[in-house]
Amino acid sequence: MTSVTVNGRRYNVNLPDDTPLLWALRDELGLTGTKYGCGMALCGACTVHVDGQPVRACQTSISAVSGSKVTTIEAVGTDRVGRALQAAWVDMGVPQCGYCQAGQIMSATALLKRTPKPTDAQIDEAMSGNICRCGTYVRVRAAIKQAAASQSGATR
Amino acid sequence: MSARRTEGATDRPLVLANLSRRGFLQGATALGGFVLAAGFPAAGRAADPPKYGADGMPNGWVDDPLVFVAIAPDGTVSITCHRSEMGQGVRTGMPMIVADELEADWKRVRVVQAPGDEKRFGNQDTDGSRSTRHFFTPMRRCGAAARTMLEAAAAKRWGVPVGEVEARNHEVVHAKSGRRIGYGALAKDAAQQPVPARDAVRLKDPSRFRYIGKGQLKLVDAPAMVNGKAQYGIDTRLPGMLYAVVARPPVYGGKVVSVDATETLKVPGVLKVVEIDASPAPAQFNPVGGVAVVANNTWAAIQGRRALKVVWNDGPNGSYDSVAFKAAMQESARKPGKVVRDNGNVDAAMASATKKIEAEYYIPHLAHAPMEPPAATVRVTGSKAEVWGCFQSPQATKDLVAKRLGIQPADVTVHVTLLGGGFGRKSKPDFAIEAAVVSKAMEGKPVKLTWTREDDLMHTYFHTVSVEHLEAGVDGQGKPMAWLHRSVAPTLFSTFVDGAKNEHALELGMGVINVPFDIANIRIENPEAAAHTRIGWFRAVSNIPHAFAVQSFVAELAAAAGRDQKDYLLEVIGPARRITPEALSDTWNHGESPDRYPVDTGRLRRVVETAAREAGWGRTLPRGRGLGIAAHYSFTSYVAAVVEVAVDAAGVISVPRIDVAVDCGATVNPDRVRAQMQGAAVMGLGIATLGEVTFKEGRAQQENFDTYQVTRMAGAPRETRVHIIPGDYGQPMGGVGEPGVPPIAPALCNAIFAATGKRIRTLPIRDQLKA
Repeated sequence: MTSVTVNGRRYNVNLPDDTPLLWALRDELGLTGTKYGCGMALCGACTVHVDGQPVRACQTSISAVSGSKVTTIEAVGTDRVGRALQAAWVDMGVPQCGYCQAGQIMSATALLKRTPKPTDAQIDEAMSGNICRCGTYVRVRAAIKQAAASQSGATR
Repeated sequence: MSARRTEGATDRPLVLANLSRRGFLQGATALGGFVLAAGFPAAGRAADPPKYGADGMPNGWVDDPLVFVAIAPDGTVSITCHRSEMGQGVRTGMPMIVADELEADWKRVRVVQAPGDEKRFGNQDTDGSRSTRHFFTPMRRCGAAARTMLEAAAAKRWGVPVGEVEARNHEVVHAKSGRRIGYGALAKDAAQQPVPARDAVRLKDPSRFRYIGKGQLKLVDAPAMVNGKAQYGIDTRLPGMLYAVVARPPVYGGKVVSVDATETLKVPGVLKVVEIDASPAPAQFNPVGGVAVVANNTWAAIQGRRALKVVWNDGPNGSYDSVAFKAAMQESARKPGKVVRDNGNVDAAMASATKKIEAEYYIPHLAHAPMEPPAATVRVTGSKAEVWGCFQSPQATKDLVAKRLGIQPADVTVHVTLLGGGFGRKSKPDFAIEAAVVSKAMEGKPVKLTWTREDDLMHTYFHTVSVEHLEAGVDGQGKPMAWLHRSVAPTLFSTFVDGAKNEHALELGMGVINVPFDIANIRIENPEAAAHTRIGWFRAVSNIPHAFAVQSFVAELAAAAGRDQKDYLLEVIGPARRITPEALSDTWNHGESPDRYPVDTGRLRRVVETAAREAGWGRTLPRGRGLGIAAHYSFTSYVAAVVEVAVDAAGVISVPRIDVAVDCGATVNPDRVRAQMQGAAVMGLGIATLGEVTFKEGRAQQENFDTYQVTRMAGAPRETRVHIIPGDYGQPMGGVGEPGVPPIAPALCNAIFAATGKRIRTLPIRDQLKA
């Protein structure tokens, strides 16, 4: 039995310690917003925040996060930056199939919290772990910039 | 964020939909049985007149407002989308067409996803870039008919002639008296009105469109896609659901010899292993067989599969080797093959040519790799079954699940979720059949069967592999007098027809046979190639190798003649003219009428000229940079791309900018046309630079995204500008989902040639430019 805190709620998960957080979230807790894409931390679809840091849930065991705070796409909108990114995503029509976008937004949120005004190179570096087969990258980049601009206005 | 609800099930009284259907009948005669879902025109009896477009598709089209539109007393308009959403925006675009003609206020529209049922909804096979071009007019009529019924109901209520009332933005107005009434209040009465006869339905003048062609509406699914609530096939959850993954034969056509599940059954959470019978090749849409591991969660199933010991018999494809196969295809390409088009006298013209130029191009197998791998959930209850999943072809899913379970298709309900990418992979419902077999073996309990990424990359219906051999005889000015193209590629029909070795008409009609060039002597040949793996259609299909070869070769001829590539391309295309498919020996013509859809070289010229102009063709670039152009006609649309490439001293490629000009006729949602072109540019770059599946001993060698590489953010263009040629709503529409892909790889390679002088003939480029 492992105890994990996800989106502010504590859960007891009755799975082996080495079970990846991804499958605990999806199959046990019913939080299917975090997506499976590769199982090897190669595509970023399963990105969540652990104590504010972006991690790949498919390569993170539940025992490794038992003392930490996990945030998933379902709750990223409670954060100001996350909400701004979600709004920019909708406004700019970023999603095509939408499947990878949860991971994209989780990576982008972590980026903007660390680097409120990222350069193109910083965006590329932070986002290159997230694959989009529909090829929405040009709009992902633009939406990150729009959200960043809206945030700098908000804090001034 | 919009609060619009977009769930799939009707959960409130919807007055208009509750009444029985009247008046409207199905468009095309329903064609019994399962027809190959690749978008091939259904073969009628020889005596039948040919059917084209939506008429030629299985179960044709339906334009009955009682099927697609429901209005609740509170005024909420529910519009059913019967095509599958996989990123093309169809769940926004299709309802938008209905809403516009209906004069519905988009803010009060909700979208309902149709279950698989083509008798009711018309063809649902979402591929071939067909949704808008086949359903624009039926959906317009559907919305207009519902609008007419609302107007008639209001006129009756007020006792005024129907000609005096007009539906306008969710209400009907009587201008003379100033009276107005909302759709919700009228819904019940409107439902009593007869559905107007099809020829009496008055369509809007396009100048009065509110939504069509405007691009101002946000995607209906975007809010749920950014907050984790969107439901894909892999997200299905049912009470008591079990989870399964399958160990499949590593070689296509292989079989299980023996299974030792001792260790598997020791894995905590694993419940059972279930053998799935292999389907003899050609497997069609049937599972390739193997051993399913059923567990209490996905991870346990994956762990259990890892512990499984299976002895396989590889069968006849166990020696398939990409390197040897490439050499064999090259050998075939250098010898005459089946002549599939022959104009003039190529041999005589070659003999009299000033110079002969030849080149050979290679494009490897590719995997679709949608970010959501295939996943389906099935629950069997007695003689009925329910299926949930990411299906491009819900009717084929219904028919084949029924067939495998030995029950009636009418007893199989197929719920279509969002698709996390499709690209052709999810047209094939093998994964739903697997889930059905496993559910049945688990006493009908709901089973979600998930393909892992490894499963997806190693067992997909691969894009074909091809060698394209081209020869041209040119005159003293370097103009081609003779054109010979030999295309060698295993056909996707090998997955359906035993021993098929030649490209089918639909593959030939994807840019090899139907080159609309102004060259007097043209011969196209198709030497045989046997398939040794499962071949299927991949976004843009055979257009990818054909366009790569043809558009690279034209640029090679231009270079040999010392001419500007764009000017030379325009000269080869020749003057603006409309060419019948027959003149190009194209019997397929995308399943469309040859009269309505000839090949229009004026339109092809225009996209070339537009892309070149917008890209600043001819501008001076820094060292290491170059511009390349390519144009291609596919899925009845015309697309040209200009790629600007930068190649650094180490041979690393980046793409500062792509300009795409597209002529797909008139558009419904121009923002999604732009999005599709932007996405296709990224996929095209990935095909050109990274994508390759190789085989050794019959086994696909790439298992995950570390070895099967796709374009990432850093490799994407800095900027993709899309230039849409304005269209006329009175003219036939073209496809959008696929036509953006084919021009990208040749335009990139032509740009690389301009930048470096190096000609790429083998894809992917990977490190070919590195010192």
